Parts: sequence; structure tokens; C-alpha cells
Amino acid sequence: MGIIEVKEITKVYEKITAVDHLNFEIEEGEVFGLLGPNGAGKTTLLHMLATLIKPTYGTATVNGYDIIREPGKVRRSIGIVFQEPSSDDILTGYENLMLHAMMYGVPRAEWKSRIREVLRLVELESRAHDRVRNYSGGMRRRLELARGLLHKPNVLFLDEPTLGLDPQSREHVWEYIRELVEVENVTVVITSHYMEEADHLCDRVAIIDYGKIKVMDKPSALKSEIGEKIILMGVKEVPNTTDSLPFLTGYTKENDRIELCVDDASMRLKRILETFPTFEKVEIVHPTLNDVFLKYTGRSIREGGTAEGGYMQRIMRQVKKR
Amino acid sequence: MSEVNGIAALWLREFKVFTREHSRVVSSIFTPLLWLVVFGGGLGSSIIIKGVNYQTFIYPGVVSMSVLFTSVFFGVYIVWDRKIDFLKEVLVAPLRRSTIFIGKVLGGMTDSLIQGSILLLLGPLFGVHYTIIVILKAYLVILIMAAGLVSLGLIIGSQMESPEGFGMVVSFVIYPLFFLSGALFPTEDLPSWLSSLVLLDPLTYGVDALRGTMLGTQRFPFLVDLAVLSSFTAFMIGIGTQAFKRMKV
Ligand SMILES: Nc1ncnc2c1ncn2[C@@H]1O[C@H](COP(=O)(O)OP(=O)(O)OP(=O)(O)O)[C@@H](O)[C@H]1O
Ligand SMILES: [Mg+2]
Repeated sequence: MGIIEVKEITKVYEKITAVDHLNFEIEEGEVFGLLGPNGAGKTTLLHMLATLIKPTYGTATVNGYDIIREPGKVRRSIGIVFQEPSSDDILTGYENLMLHAMMYGVPRAEWKSRIREVLRLVELESRAHDRVRNYSGGMRRRLELARGLLHKPNVLFLDEPTLGLDPQSREHVWEYIRELVEVENVTVVITSHYMEEADHLCDRVAIIDYGKIKVMDKPSALKSEIGEKIILMGVKEVPNTTDSLPFLTGYTKENDRIELCVDDASMRLKRILETFPTFEKVEIVHPTLNDVFLKYTGRSIREGGTAEGGYMQRIMRQVKKR
Repeated sequence: MSEVNGIAALWLREFKVFTREHSRVVSSIFTPLLWLVVFGGGLGSSIIIKGVNYQTFIYPGVVSMSVLFTSVFFGVYIVWDRKIDFLKEVLVAPLRRSTIFIGKVLGGMTDSLIQGSILLLLGPLFGVHYTIIVILKAYLVILIMAAGLVSLGLIIGSQMESPEGFGMVVSFVIYPLFFLSGALFPTEDLPSWLSSLVLLDPLTYGVDALRGTMLGTQRFPFLVDLAVLSSFTAFMIGIGTQAFKRMKV
């Protein structure tokens, strides 16, 4: 039995079906990625699983509790880091964590030690007593990650945890998440725009578009389905036929440049080089999740900023709001 | 136990924000003082009502006004919470919606109480003589009034998307409540259409109770005032709990 089981879950807004009859399971201890372009329905799905909004149709269980009938129990067993920053910026980081500990039923005796633990994990100890409005975007993100973990949830939902972070902080956050899975033994559901992030972190990913899951599998399996490419450059002698290479799944020739699609390049290379004895350069191209994405959605995912502006702009707006 | 900690957390947060946003305190003290000193002082030089100087007469009314404005306007902070997305963090906590409501009400009551206390301190300057009993009764009235009015503000706030919208709706509510309450005039000898509106205004009973307590001139018995105020507050808390249950992020 999966730790999350989604059954026919659907959310309809006035005009659009944001999430469309989804069915899938997530196993305990897994890092599960939801990949999709803007408006695909990732946040809507996460909010339903976190009991923040009600499905129009269908349901799901999280940690064995039904999200519609037992929202209180679901909430006690999950943590969530929202796509938008949601800490109170007039308070300090420490105070935000303390409020969270109090609201989420952390035993009083553990408040301080637990806060220290999560602060150490995200390396914010030295800034803990600064007001959040003086934090950088990345620091704020890390604070919210720490907050999501504070009450030791069984399942952690992360909605675009690294959106807008510089590559270095992004890799840092990946490390935290990896560490978490090991140290705290949580199941992580993460949404992302960054293909390499999903590839790096997730045991399994689902590609979601217009509220539907297009495909779901291990990143390696998805990529190997696409196959690899061998590119030969500076080819002088081209054989009349490629009949001797029955495993080819694709073949294109452009002047002296030849592209051959195969399932496993390292295995097929020898035969190919025998068929094309004269060449100057050979290159092997491994598929990325972006290629997978392209194949299933017909477009490439837009990295970074979203329709409503990048994460950093949004943070700056938040800061100015009060 | 976790619900109690939840209430404590929500209250603590409001209190901390209150102590850090000095503008909140200053602005809400400033307006009542303007009424007392300028309006009360100006008219007071020539008018005596029920044996007291006009300035003294409106002092309990202005205290009520301060409680009214601070309490109802506290509802705007739920709109802010929605705007800064902190509301999501609160709503996804394993707390009952009624717990969240109570935590917020206590936070708002604390703001009102602190401001009310500052005004009460100035009482002797405007001719009020305090005894322990007077102070205890005054605080009792202020507390009940604040609980109901904070609830009213939160009910409005829970339905609003923008602070501007909140301000609009609130001004439709708050000014009638204030002007009809008898804060600025005696309510006994009014034209009948006005008199019935005055009797419908819950704040009338708060002003009356405070005036009776502080100045000894009272229209209704203290317990009647208290009973009406308490019913109003209980009603508002009931509706507020429902409004929070239905509130969306
Ligand atoms: N409260 C709402 N009312 C109406 N439509 C909504 C609401 N919330 C979301 N939607 C719509 O539902 C669809 C899915 O939105 P959602 O926020 O889940 O997308 P997403 O995959 O998280 O996108 P992003 O990558 O930009 O965060 C979008 O078309 C959006 O406009
Ligand atoms: Mg989203």
C-alpha cells in the first residue's frame, strides 16, 4: 500500500479543469517529482493533498487518512513548503519556527532542541534572530524548508523548493533534501520546473500537463525510452544501406554529419563504427529529462520565471507589501 | 493541549507584531485624543450635560470609540495574512478553525485593551474619578465589547481579498455604530426614528455602561447593558467561528 494513494482526484475551477481524474500511488520513503509547465495543476494537486482545498471529485489518502474525511489527521502527519513565501517577515526566523512548533503540536520539551536541529540543517543558525524581512530570497526559502520539517512529518510536500535560487543554493537545498530522506526518513513529494533537479533528486517522476499525468516512471527509465544518439562528423564514405544495423531507431544525414538513434550507445558503438570506417569525430548524446518532457508535452519546459514573474520578484513584492 | 498551544501561538504572534508596529499604537491613540481635546474642549467650554462638562461627558464615549475602531480594524490583519500567504501556514496547521478564530480574537482584544488602558490612564485629566470598582467594571465592559467587535472585524476580514475592500466595508459599519451609540450626545430625548436606531446599536450599551461606571449617569441598569453586550458578543463569536470554517485561503 502506498503512503499516498490518489483516486480519481479532480479539481474544476469555473472555466478550467486544473486537475483531471488522477490516479497514482507514492511509496513510503520515495522522493517523488511532479514535473509540468506553468498552470499544469501541480500546486492545485499539492494543495488538495495537504487539505488546503477540497477536490471537486475523487479523493486521496495520505498516511492512510482520507483527505476529505480526516483532514485533521492528514495535516498532523504532513509538512508543506508553499510555492509562495509564507513566513511572517516582521518576526525573526526563530520566532517563525517557534510559532510553527506551537501550532503543529511539537511537544513543548522538544521545541528548542528541534528548532536548533532544523536551523543547523539549513545553516541558518547565525541569522536565526534576524527579522525575516532582512533575509535574502534563498535564506527565506531555507527557513521555510526548516519550518516544513520541524514537526517531523511523515510526508513532506515541496512546491518548487528551489525556484529562483542561484545554482549554488539550489544544490545546497538538494543536499538538504537528500539528507532529510536519510536522516528523517520522510517521503518527499516535490514539484519542479528544473529538469536536472528532478533527475538528480527523484526516485520517480510524473510529467503532468493540463491536469493529466502523461507518463510516470524512474528518470532513468524515462530517458532510456528516448534512447541515445551517436553523432558522427566528417564522414567520407557512406554505405548505400543501413540494413546491417537493424537496431537503429532513427537515421539522419546532413552533409558529412550523421545522426544515429539507438537504445544503448555504448553497446552499439562498435558495430556502427565498423559500418562507417571513415570519420573525424564521434559524439554520444545522452537524453535528458527535458527530452522526455518534450516528447510527452510537445514543448520544452520554460525554466526560471513564471507567468506571474520570477520568484525573486515575488519575494520583493512580499517584502514591500507590509 | 495542542489547541491551547495553538491559541497561545496565534496570540503571541499578534502581540509581537503589535509591539513592533508602533504606528498601530500611535494612530489609534491620536484620533480619540483629537476628539477629546479639540471637539470636547471646544464644545465643552459652553455646554454642560447632566451636570458635567461636555468634555467629561464624551470621555467614556471616546474610550468606546477607541475600542470600536481598534477592534474592528484588527480584522484587516486577516486580510494581510492572506496577502502575505501566512494564512496558508496557519490554515494547514492541525488546528480547528474555531481555535484559529479564538487565537485571533484574543490577539485583537489585547491590542484594544492596551490602547484602552492608555486612554483610561488619561481619565483623571478629563474629570473622571477612579476607584478600584470603577476600574474593574470599566475593564469588564471593554473586554466584552472588544471581543464582540474584534469578531465583527474578523468576520468581515475573512471574506475580503484586499485591504482596500476591507476598509470600504468597515467604514459602512463602523461610523453608524459610532455616531448612533450616544458617544457624543445623551440618548434619552431623541426623535423616535433616531431613538430606535440608537437602541439597535450594541455600542450604545457599552457607552452607557462606561458612562454610568465613570460618571454615575446611566440610562439602563448596568446589568442590562452587560446582558445586551454579552449577547451581541456571543452572537458575533458564533458567526465568526462559522465564517472561519468557511474561509478559503
Ligand atoms: N483559485 C483559482 N481559481 C481559478 N483558477 C485557478 C485557481 N487556482 C489555480 N487555478 C488555475 O488552475 C490551473 C492550475 O494551476 P496551478 O497553480 O495548480 O498550476 P501549477 O502547475 O502549480 O503552475 P506553476 O508552475 O505556474 O506554479 C491554472 O490554469 C490556474 O490558472
Ligand atoms: Mg505551482
